[in-house]
Amino acid sequence: MQLRAPAHLVSRRARAYWTVRALVGWLVVGGIEAGILSADMPAAARLTVAAVTLAIALAHLVVMPQWRYRVHRWEITHTAAYTQSGWVVQERRIAPIGRVQTVDTERGPFEQLFGLANVTITTASAKGPLKIHALDRAVADNTVAWLTERAQLAAGDGT
Amino acid sequence: MTAPPRGAAPDEATSASEGTAWHRLHPRMLLIHPIIEVGRALPALVGVFLAGRAQGNNYWALGAAAIVAVLSISRWFTTRLRIDADSVQLRHGLLRRRTVTTARDRIRTVDVTANPLHRMLGLARVVIGTGMNDRRGGGRLVLDGLTLPTATALRDDLLHQRPANFAAVTGPAAAQATDASELARLDRRWIRFAPFTLSGVVTGLVVWGFYWRVQGESGLNFARSGPLRAVTRTLRAMPVAAEVLVVVGALVAFVAITSTAGYVLAFWNFRLRRTAGGTLEVTRGLLTTRATSIEPRRLVGVALSDPLPLRVVGAARTTAIATGLRVGRGTERGGEVLLPPAPLRDAERVAAIVLDAGAALQSPLQARGPAARRRRLLRACAAGALLCGLTAWAWSAGAPLWLFVVGVIALAASIPLGVDRYRNLGHRMTGDALVVAHGSLVRRKAVIEDAAVIGWNLRSSFFQQRAGLMTLTATTAAGRQGYAVIDVDRAEGLAVADHVTPGLLDQFRPGQHTMV
Repeated sequence: MQLRAPAHLVSRRARAYWTVRALVGWLVVGGIEAGILSADMPAAARLTVAAVTLAIALAHLVVMPQWRYRVHRWEITHTAAYTQSGWVVQERRIAPIGRVQTVDTERGPFEQLFGLANVTITTASAKGPLKIHALDRAVADNTVAWLTERAQLAAGDGT
Repeated sequence: MTAPPRGAAPDEATSASEGTAWHRLHPRMLLIHPIIEVGRALPALVGVFLAGRAQGNNYWALGAAAIVAVLSISRWFTTRLRIDADSVQLRHGLLRRRTVTTARDRIRTVDVTANPLHRMLGLARVVIGTGMNDRRGGGRLVLDGLTLPTATALRDDLLHQRPANFAAVTGPAAAQATDASELARLDRRWIRFAPFTLSGVVTGLVVWGFYWRVQGESGLNFARSGPLRAVTRTLRAMPVAAEVLVVVGALVAFVAITSTAGYVLAFWNFRLRRTAGGTLEVTRGLLTTRATSIEPRRLVGVALSDPLPLRVVGAARTTAIATGLRVGRGTERGGEVLLPPAPLRDAERVAAIVLDAGAALQSPLQARGPAARRRRLLRACAAGALLCGLTAWAWSAGAPLWLFVVGVIALAASIPLGVDRYRNLGHRMTGDALVVAHGSLVRRKAVIEDAAVIGWNLRSSFFQQRAGLMTLTATTAAGRQGYAVIDVDRAEGLAVADHVTPGLLDQFRPGQHTMV
């Protein structure tokens, strides 16, 4: 038996969002480094550290969003939710809709800027939440509405 | 946006349901609260006492203790509880009033404990679990201070879902004993396993930590004065080999004695019973007694665990996998005990009695392929080599030789460890349940009913992907919340998931697409 990847990619704007967020992170790292390096240190050493940091940052900023965009996938059918995530450790999660307990959306400041939202689907198990990152807001809202309706139809307490 | 909350609901929502009165906890709690709270605040009170004495005032500590006592008593005056046909409500708080409401049909477990103070006064503490403990706002109700008959009657009432009001519960008729058949009880010969539980190691570490704190704060070195000085001096006078022998012997004796004491304190009078309604009842404890009830429909699995020392003497622990009982959470810790460390045969017998699927724990498991064995060996050896390298480096940097010896022993042990970890790895589908097993230093085996599996996590690391393996975790609302089939062949793992939750995976096969 084999499993295919979930059907949907996340929002196209996710790549820009991840790039900007990572860029902010790298600026913070750069700032801290500049603070440390400004102490008496030979110019060559300073230059090397700065160059290495820049190279790593550039590689991360170019590769990460593309890679993540390809890996993060999701799908919701009439009976199940299915997500995929992870770089080095690939993880897929499947939960029957009938066992869904809560559906939350969450938007950080950067996500609001790009019109994105995260959706978290929890079941009664603490080990089982499904997270879908960086969806279009409209898609996220529709998904939540759909899931909430389906979850309420399902009888029982989801355990 | 959130789906309607389940379990504990916030304030006012239920204030409309009038009719039943609010009750106070038992007034004898007024004697218990100050003792408990002053005892809990003792470290701070000692600090106040020392500070006061430095200022030339010996009464500060007394004043502080009085304040603590008064505050603790105020807890009784501010706590009210109400039990009606469909919910249990607890209202408490001095400045910030809070009402916690739990719907009866969300109640999963009811635990009745009584510490020595409670027992002297004929009281008990009732903890109501809803299985939502990991959520914000708790979802756990603690009714500290009911009379023992009221507590047990309340428990029976809540678990058997008989609608009754609090007055009926407190009435004399409610205190009748329930018929129950005994499934297991403590066999005193089991106490011989106590030293192998190594629970005394924790006690030792606590004593050690306390010693260092006192020494650090008082500035005294106890090793240089008093009776300890005589001990260290005698030890110093001995040859090194004898010194090591004496110290190791003393440590072993300490761990054995404290482990045994811990076993007796926790499991004395242990009884596992099944009531007429099918509810499992575990009662145990020497000083603090504890009674846990597990409803049959909440019991979805059984787990056996045998750490290496216990395994060597052929014993294992038995725990229940039940929704609403999370493993090792605060006061719920230990609530899942089905049998104290006991011979493996007894453990398996109890597992088979309490759960239909429990018998599957005795049958052989499906072993893993060579790829999984390679991974176990490689990982064990890598850990051993790392430890050996670190200790060698530490030794060269001036650490004592014995540390390096420990590292070499770890490296030598890594191959048998890897082999054993591979041998213990396995799974089995019984038709209505899933059995998973893994581990060597702590070997675990669990059976969980298919119906209790509420989702799947499929994980494969880079190396697992190359070896065609994955770790398949069945998520559940019970016990450890997830039970893993480790390093299973990908196709086999998917077959397991497909078998346990039929139809769920079909729609995600290659070529299958359903649009929403």
